[in-house]
Amino acid sequence: MSLLEVKDLTVGFPTADGLVQAVRGLSFSVEPGRTLAIVGESGSGKTVSTQAILGLLPEADISGSALFEGADLLRLDEERLRQIRGSEISVIFQDPLTSLHPLYKVGWQITELIHVHDAGVSRAQARRRAVELLGLVGIPRPDRRVDDYPHQFSGGMRQRAMIAMALALNPKLVVADEPTTALDATVQAQILDLITRLQREFDIALLLITHDLGVVAGVADEVMVMYAGLPVERADRRTIYYRPHHPYTKGLLESIPGSTGVRKGRLRPIPGQPPSMIAVPPGCAFHPRCRYAMPVCAAELPPLARVTGDGDHASACWLPHEAVGLGEEAEAVRLRASGGPA
Amino acid sequence: MFRRFLIRRVLLGVVVLWLVTLGTFFMFFVAPGDPARTLAGRQATPEQVDLIRRDLGLDRPILVQYGDYMGRLLHGDLGKSYFNGESVGKLVAADLPPTMSLVLGGAVLWFLVGVSAGVLSATRARSLLDRAMTFLALAGVSMPTFVIGLLLLYLLFFQLTKAGLPIFPPDSYVDLSENPAEWARHLILPWITLATVQAATYLRLTRGSMLDVLGEDYIRTARAKGVPERRVIVRHGLRSALTPVVSQLGVDVGTLIGGVVVTESVFGLGGVGQAVVQAFVSSDLPVIMGVVLITAAAVVVANLLVDVAYAFLDARVRLA
Repeated sequence: MSLLEVKDLTVGFPTADGLVQAVRGLSFSVEPGRTLAIVGESGSGKTVSTQAILGLLPEADISGSALFEGADLLRLDEERLRQIRGSEISVIFQDPLTSLHPLYKVGWQITELIHVHDAGVSRAQARRRAVELLGLVGIPRPDRRVDDYPHQFSGGMRQRAMIAMALALNPKLVVADEPTTALDATVQAQILDLITRLQREFDIALLLITHDLGVVAGVADEVMVMYAGLPVERADRRTIYYRPHHPYTKGLLESIPGSTGVRKGRLRPIPGQPPSMIAVPPGCAFHPRCRYAMPVCAAELPPLARVTGDGDHASACWLPHEAVGLGEEAEAVRLRASGGPA
Repeated sequence: MFRRFLIRRVLLGVVVLWLVTLGTFFMFFVAPGDPARTLAGRQATPEQVDLIRRDLGLDRPILVQYGDYMGRLLHGDLGKSYFNGESVGKLVAADLPPTMSLVLGGAVLWFLVGVSAGVLSATRARSLLDRAMTFLALAGVSMPTFVIGLLLLYLLFFQLTKAGLPIFPPDSYVDLSENPAEWARHLILPWITLATVQAATYLRLTRGSMLDVLGEDYIRTARAKGVPERRVIVRHGLRSALTPVVSQLGVDVGTLIGGVVVTESVFGLGGVGQAVVQAFVSSDLPVIMGVVLITAAAVVVANLLVDVAYAFLDARVRLA
C-alpha cells in the first residue's frame, strides 16, 4: 500500500476576479521510504497541492482525496489532522529566514513541536532531544546553539534547524517545499545531501517540491512534472532526464545550463509566461507556449497516459509515443507530427 | 550592550527634560500677560504692581531668573505658587495620584479590551463580528470624551441612583491607600470613559498588526508543526503583533498623564490636567513649570519603559 495516495485533487481559491484554479485534478502516490519529486514553475500548483493535503489552506475550495495510511486527510477532523501534522507528516519550507519564529529560541521551537504532540515529555527530555537533533543535522556545539535565536544562525544553519524540527518525532513522510531555493549554491548541495542521508537513515518517504530539475537529479526516485495545476509527465528519474516525452519537460531540461539538452551554444528558454489560473487556456494549457502545438492541442485536454513501451512513464501530450528523448530522431517525429517547425 | 543602551536613553531623557524647562520658561515670558498685574488685581496702583513684581523676582533679567530656577530645581525644589505660596512639589504630589490612577487603570482596561477585540477581529476578518467591532470602534473614537463621560454619568450614576441602586458613587477621588475598593468604585466610570475612546485605536492597531503577522511564513510553520490554532494565534501571532501596540501604549500613557483634563473634570477627580489649565489661566509660572515637567517626565519614563518592554519581547533588540 502506498504511504500517501492522492486522487483527483483540485484546489481553487475564490477571488474577486474569479475562481483561481490552482490545482485542477492531481493524482500521485508516495511509497514508504521513497522520494517523489514534484517539479514545476511558480504557480504550477505544486506547493498549493501539498498544503491543501495538510489542511494549511483553510480558505481554499478542495476536492478529491488524499489517503495517508488509509485515512483521508481531506476528510479528517481538524484535531486528528493537527496530530498528524508535525509528527507523522512534517514540512520543510523554502525560506528558513522567515519560516522560523524570530522571537523564540531555536531550541524552544523544536521542544514546542515535541510538547504539542506529547504533553507528557518533560522539559529536560525535550531539550535533550532538541540538542540531539541539532547535532544530528550538523550544527556545531548544539548544546549551546539550542539557546540561540534564529537571527544568530546563518541561512544554512537555519535550514538545518528546520530539518531537525521536521525530524523531531520520526515522521513517515517529509514534505520538502523548495528546501534549497533560498540558499547559496554551495550550501544547497550540503542541505540536499543532509536531507537524503537522513531520509535513508530513518527510512522516511520524501515529497520534494522544486522548480529546479538540477536538484531532482541527485535525489528523486520518481519525478512528476506539473504545469498549470495538472501533472504533464510522470516517470522515474532516468526516464525524465533521458527520455522526456512532454515538450514542457523537454523545455525545462533544455533550460538547465550544461544539461543533456544543451550540447552546444545557448540555453533555450521556454517562450512566454505561465498562464493565468483564472482563465486557463482550453485544451492543453501549455499549447500557447509549445513549439509543436497541433490543432488538437487547443481543442482537447490530453489525458495523462502511459507512453507505450516505456514502463511506468506517463505523459499528457498529443504527440506520438515515439517522440521521446532529446535526440534528433525524436525531434524529427515531433516536427513531422506538428507539421514542421513553428 | 543593553545596559549601555539604557544609560544612553536615560541621558537622552534628561536632555529632553532640560529642553522642556528651557522652552516653557522662555515661552512664558514671550507670551502676553503679566502675573504681577494679575495678582495685584484691577484696583492696584502701579507701585503695588511693581512691589509684587519685585517680590516675585520678576524684575530681574530672564536669564538670571532661569538660572535661579534651575539651581533650585537641581536641589529638588519646584518653587512656590505665585498665588498662594504653596509648594509646587506638594501641589503636584496631590494632583498626580488621581491622574495616574485614572490613566494607568484606564490603560489596563483599554489595552485588554482593545487587544482582545483586535485579535478576534483579525482571526475572523471580514466576518459580521469583525464589521460590527469596526463600527463600534469608529463610534467610540468619534465620540468626544465629555459626551461619553456625561452619558455614563447620566445613565449609570444618575438613573441608577434615582432607581435606588447607588452602585456608582458621585464625583470625587478616594486615594488608593485610604480604601482600595472605594478607589476602584470611584474610578470605574472614568476608566470606562477613557477606555471607550482609546480601545478603538488599539482594536484597529492590533487587528492590522495581527493580520500582517498571520500572513507570515512562521505562522504557517507553526500550523505545519501541529500547534493547536489557539496557541498559533496567541503564542506565535499575538506575541509578534504586540510590538507596535506596546509602543503606542507607551506614547498614549505618557501623553495622557498631562492630557486627561476632560475626563478629570467631568468626574471631578482633580488631577494634573486640571492643574495645568488653572495654572495657565492664572499665569502661575512655578506651577506651570512643575506640572509641565512632571508630564514631560511621564512621557519620557513611559517611552523608556516601552524600550525595556521591547527588549523583553524581542531578543534582536536585546542582543543587537
